[in-house]
Amino acid sequence: MSAAWFVVRRLTRDRSALVGLILIGVLLLAALLAPVLATHPDDVFELHPARRLQAPGASHWLGTDRMGADVYSRLLFGARITLLIGVIAVGTSLLVGVPIGLVAGHFHGWFSDLLMRVSDIFLAVPQVVLAIAIAQTLGPSLPNVILALSATYWPWFARVVYAEARVVQKEIFVESTVALGASPWRLTALHVLPNIASPIIVRASIGMGFTILTAAALGFLGLGPPPPTPEWGRTIAESREFLPDAWWYATAPGLAIFLTVMGFNLLGDGLRDVLDPRLRRGRTPRDG
Amino acid sequence: MRLAALALRRLAWFVPTLLGLLVLTFVISRVIPADPVALVAGETATPAQVEALRRQLGYDRPLPVQFVGYVARLAQGDMGTSIFTRRPIVQDLAHRLPATIELTVVAMVVSVLAGVPLGVVSALWRNSALDHAVRVVTVSGLAIASFWLGIMLQLLFAMRLGWTPLNGRLQGFPPEAITGFYLVDAALTGDWPAFGTALRHLALPAATLAFPALATLVRFTRAGVLDVMQSNFVLYERAMGLPRPVIVWKYTLRSALTSTVTQIGLLFGILLAGAVVTEAVFDWPGIGTYAVSSILQSDYNAVMGFTIWAGTIFIVVNLLVDVVQTLVDPRERAT
Amino acid sequence: MAELLSVRGLRVDFVTDGGVAQVLDGINLDVGRGEVVGLVGESGCGKTTLARAILGILPAGAARVRGGEVRFRGADLLRQDPAVLNARVRGKAITFIPQDPSTSLSPLFPVQTQIMDLMKWKSPRAGNGAGARWPLWRYPRGRYHADREAVLEALRAVQIPEPARALRRLPHEFSGGQRQRLMIAMALLPQPDLIIADEPTTALDVTIQAQILRLLRELVKARGVSVLFTTHDLGTAHEICDRVVVMYAGQEMEAAPTEAFFARPAHPYTRRLLASVPTATGELRDIPGDVPSLVAPPPGCRFHPRCEYATPECQARPALRALAPDHGVRCHHPVDGPVGIGA
Repeated sequence: MSAAWFVVRRLTRDRSALVGLILIGVLLLAALLAPVLATHPDDVFELHPARRLQAPGASHWLGTDRMGADVYSRLLFGARITLLIGVIAVGTSLLVGVPIGLVAGHFHGWFSDLLMRVSDIFLAVPQVVLAIAIAQTLGPSLPNVILALSATYWPWFARVVYAEARVVQKEIFVESTVALGASPWRLTALHVLPNIASPIIVRASIGMGFTILTAAALGFLGLGPPPPTPEWGRTIAESREFLPDAWWYATAPGLAIFLTVMGFNLLGDGLRDVLDPRLRRGRTPRDG
Repeated sequence: MRLAALALRRLAWFVPTLLGLLVLTFVISRVIPADPVALVAGETATPAQVEALRRQLGYDRPLPVQFVGYVARLAQGDMGTSIFTRRPIVQDLAHRLPATIELTVVAMVVSVLAGVPLGVVSALWRNSALDHAVRVVTVSGLAIASFWLGIMLQLLFAMRLGWTPLNGRLQGFPPEAITGFYLVDAALTGDWPAFGTALRHLALPAATLAFPALATLVRFTRAGVLDVMQSNFVLYERAMGLPRPVIVWKYTLRSALTSTVTQIGLLFGILLAGAVVTEAVFDWPGIGTYAVSSILQSDYNAVMGFTIWAGTIFIVVNLLVDVVQTLVDPRERAT
Repeated sequence: MAELLSVRGLRVDFVTDGGVAQVLDGINLDVGRGEVVGLVGESGCGKTTLARAILGILPAGAARVRGGEVRFRGADLLRQDPAVLNARVRGKAITFIPQDPSTSLSPLFPVQTQIMDLMKWKSPRAGNGAGARWPLWRYPRGRYHADREAVLEALRAVQIPEPARALRRLPHEFSGGQRQRLMIAMALLPQPDLIIADEPTTALDVTIQAQILRLLRELVKARGVSVLFTTHDLGTAHEICDRVVVMYAGQEMEAAPTEAFFARPAHPYTRRLLASVPTATGELRDIPGDVPSLVAPPPGCRFHPRCEYATPECQARPALRALAPDHGVRCHHPVDGPVGIGA
């Protein structure tokens, strides 16, 4: 696993990637230790109407919402939802998209084309639109959101893998290995997989960012997990009628989304810089 | 003639993709837990009436037959009727289309006019203070939830500062309807007060919509310019002492822009997706809010109609972009 | 007679991922007026870096000039004002023929636009680069037509058929050989004193390489233009050069008039190079060993680790030894006698 260490070392040299890692780390901490870090852990379920819409202060660091619940605590638990949605949705997209891409890249002919056409169709519609359609027909809930997001993101993985598989196929050594009698699946395993690891990782990181944004949008539109789930997008929607006075109510979850997505984007960019040799600014002397 | 052949080849993908989209939306619309027929019939309908309606609407036929009927009706421009408005969905969409288009176009113009020069300048003065500032903007642009950005802008500019109206498309009477685009109509009829208010109402939603698009555009332009600056012909021009402004603004920019044109297609997708959410935030009477209200009212047909419309537009735009790219890059014409 | 171009002790470093590579190690080179000099060396020896250093277009971030001078018409190019260099030297007194003609012109603009842009700033009728800073400078009509005539004539000289129609075409519509002829024409149009040609035939079909080379030689000789010509192919050098200079790992090894070079090579590396040309029977005699790392190069003569004549004193760089008035070699053990060139 020295390759992994190499990546980590190169990554830590990149300042913005480091910032991304830190942000993600904070998100992870918030999600995992929510019950511990929250000042009012029960506010996820309990209502305190008397304390509603209080400005940030000593006891409520980020103020209270319309139900009197502590915004900060709900935010922490919201981190769990966000992380859950992101990881499962992206993970599922990966598990669906990568094999499809591999199969499509491996075979030639109508089946392969068909697979890619299907993925093109999914890509033909903006993700949000399709996710809305799916989530709306299935009804607002956490699993449905995840389903809708997975169903709309898998083509990105399929495409990336397909392209790489095709590139590898074209390499000369593949021809010679096949000529020597190697099984094509062995070829895939040995040669294609290592090459696709990097683009998949990069795509996964960037995908987390996109997916979290889309999930928040779905939550905002009312298609996400229903109350009292402290999903960030829904919280923002709830806060609208109390603006401009209860500004903390809308600002906090939005900032949380921003920092989270930024974290994944920065990490993704950093990973891409490290893992994609083509982008490395070639500083070797270009001699005749 | 070669151009026509090329365009035709690209067009060939249009039909299968569109068909695939239709299959997808059809499957989604039929694979639902709730019974759409019951919804159409209404709460007071008896089971017998619901069954009758089901037969009338053809929902009892086998799925493939239903699909054919669905496509046939679509071909005639019939997307069904909205449960809520009781009007043909096509009519609803058409009625709301100008608002969305106006918003999207303004946002696109803003993002291109601001984004491309920023990207170029950022590449030319790489790693300067300006470049870093621009990078911060682009990274934020892709990490900010547009609906939140819209709300924050409302909070600041409309609520706190009062510089712009809070939401809606217009205050008072719209200009005489010629195109349906308020800015255009107001300008054409010389109705300057209407022009002014339409513009003020457009400010925040357009800014919200444009921001992620701008970020993407700046990124791509910057990368494109940096890439071109490494190319052999730039090296040759430098070796031959061509003045730097000529190398940059004439040759480098043209090459970089070739790839930027494709990005405009991508941009459109981002804008379209963003429009749904942005319209919801600003109560913009466009297709986005129609989609959202249809969601809330469980108006399946309307949501499907919106999806088909959005998907089709997207496919068409990408097709156009492909064709334009062929025109812009003479190399493509030869292949 | 003062040389047209005189490089003395040029040292260039490149910053790489693996450390600082000392690409050029105090290299010396002369090009006389009207002379075609061939700079021969294997890939990675620094030929292109030297060419770019002379032109002043090394990659700004990665390359650093550590010392030395590049005297052109008496003045040191390394210490000139960059603006003056760009306006008066590059593209005017010194022009360039690139290695890969297929990517050296913008694919989006017709040939006419690109050549006329060159002429706008670099034509012999343009004066001395005055006013060249103004990017919106208009092209005076009279001069435009005179320049265009000169362009058409140049195209005819390089044997491009139907010059007027050719001008309207895009670069990719020409064949490889034609594109290189275009580049030759563009290198000659500003009426330079020196052309730097970086492996101009490497990217071309073998069958037309000789053609292009002969054309180039004919044209420069007729105009008294000097050429510094880099190549890794000895045959090319033999074809058109008056003098040959051999480079290895950033150091010049030997310099001699072509005939003497091929008849009486003195440097062990040169001899090995000549011997390694495939024989008539198809034998290949390789030079044993590997090209040294430029980050941690061997001290002194960089060839000594692979040299059969090496002694401890080779760890100090040998001074230039003149075997004949024009034949110089930098070696502690120059060899006498002819070498069988692939016979």
